[in-house]
Amino acid sequence: MNPASDSEKEECRRLLDGLSLYLDGEAEAALCAEIEAHMAECENCRIVVDTLRKTVLLYREESPAPLPSDVRRRLYAALKLEDYLVTGKGE
Amino acid sequence: MVDTPTIDETVLLPRLKAGDQAAYAQAVEAYSAQLYHVALRMLGSEAEAEDVLQETFLDAFKNIDRFEGRSQLSTWLHRIAANNALMRLRKKRPTFLSVDGLTGEHDDGNGSQVPKQLYDWCCLPESELLTEEARAEMRAAVEDLSDALRVVFVLRDIEGLSTQETADVLDISASAVKSRLMRARLALRERLTAYFQGAGPEETR
Repeated sequence: MNPASDSEKEECRRLLDGLSLYLDGEAEAALCAEIEAHMAECENCRIVVDTLRKTVLLYREESPAPLPSDVRRRLYAALKLEDYLVTGKGE
Repeated sequence: MVDTPTIDETVLLPRLKAGDQAAYAQAVEAYSAQLYHVALRMLGSEAEAEDVLQETFLDAFKNIDRFEGRSQLSTWLHRIAANNALMRLRKKRPTFLSVDGLTGEHDDGNGSQVPKQLYDWCCLPESELLTEEARAEMRAAVEDLSDALRVVFVLRDIEGLSTQETADVLDISASAVKSRLMRARLALRERLTAYFQGAGPEETR
């Protein structure tokens, strides 16, 4: 992924496997240090890490849809729980 | 992540097993929105997500006596919903990955993971990142993941389950969850990068 030497490309590929753990704060200190040192040298990997982080954030920020009220009503009906629908929340 | 109402499963479970209808309603109220959301993101269809939601609670209440409480009730419900959704996907795409294939480690069907798109779109304004069209692209990108990757991504990054919870729901190892999550994220990053590069004000690379 890098217009660089084969050994540097190898480094990019090797660190790739640890990026998800790194983003989740689950990578060990040594791996974090290695990834950060590599990013400082490798612009392409910095972009991959930043856009990967942003990708996850965009999905996490998407506000969850509440259960549509007609779906909720039909669910209660299917479960024969209509008597409890009026006392429920979200209507 | 869906805001699940606080619920004490240790109190609720004996009531469910005793057939207490009010307890059933409480469980439905607590978990229905989250389970619907999982099914919707898995299947991309509101009608099918609704069917899965109903099937999930019908199956769960019918089999509640068999639930031994070794996992959380919410984990068990997620497992039923995820399996129902995966079975529907399998019927739609019979040649694709089977539910059994989920236990495999190398069959994600999403090909090479080496990043190719190197456009840096992080600094695009929110007005461009959060358009309806961008949201639609994000959803389509999830729907195009292989089943094995999609279910992990939906549970972990959209619903906010932990690695271990996701592993318990899918009956796979935590390391398989981590590996699939990584591959899903890279595939989505690739797709969104291509999209935002086209949508951005100008090409910078």
